[in-house]
Amino acid sequence: MLHTVNKSPFDKNSLENCLRFARKGHSILLFEDGIYGALKGTRFETLIAEGLKSSTIYVLVPDLEARGMRMDNVIDGVKATDYAGFVDLSAENKTVQAWL
Amino acid sequence: MKFGILVNEGPYQHQASDSAYQFTKAALEKGHEIYRVFFYHDGVYNASRLTVPPQDDRNIVNRWSDLGKEHNLDMVVCIAAAQRRGLLDENEAKRQGKDANNIAEGFRISGLGQLIEAGIQSERMMVFGD
Repeated sequence: MLHTVNKSPFDKNSLENCLRFARKGHSILLFEDGIYGALKGTRFETLIAEGLKSSTIYVLVPDLEARGMRMDNVIDGVKATDYAGFVDLSAENKTVQAWL
Repeated sequence: MKFGILVNEGPYQHQASDSAYQFTKAALEKGHEIYRVFFYHDGVYNASRLTVPPQDDRNIVNRWSDLGKEHNLDMVVCIAAAQRRGLLDENEAKRQGKDANNIAEGFRISGLGQLIEAGIQSERMMVFGD
């Protein structure tokens, strides 16, 4: 299953909800303002680190770069992807849940 | 693979329409089929022919129209959401006694059943909203 999170965890609790519901082997894509959840040194870093133990977490690089960030700013273990990768993830997973 | 795309927000205020467009474009480039793009709630504003963004900004409406034309996309605007927000095609303008219509090329107005059908017919339903 693919979960998509498009909101900053500093604004909404969708990332926390998503991580609570995500099961082992699920994929999570952080895009739009959701990319802020993937950044190093925030109070959400431990939450992401915990999520990485059972899920694969991706960040959409075009949205990361549009906000002045680079992969250097992203928590180790979070994978980079782009729109083509987003399409692949959607096709590979049987269901897609948008945490709006 | 068949994808259904749902756009729930208008252009420029939220990134939803941009993300939906980029996703749709990437999916088409990979050879996937887009069964339908459905515009719901404020998403109907993506179909207004009268939008005039600054020259140096992306034209979200035209961008959808062009992609629709190029790939023969079925781009459907929810009729109830559209009428509430003043978005009409020629038929609806006539039926409601209005003096103009404003739907952009490549879009068509239809009912919510089209969203349900897209959900049934598509292998993946992608939701873009706020």
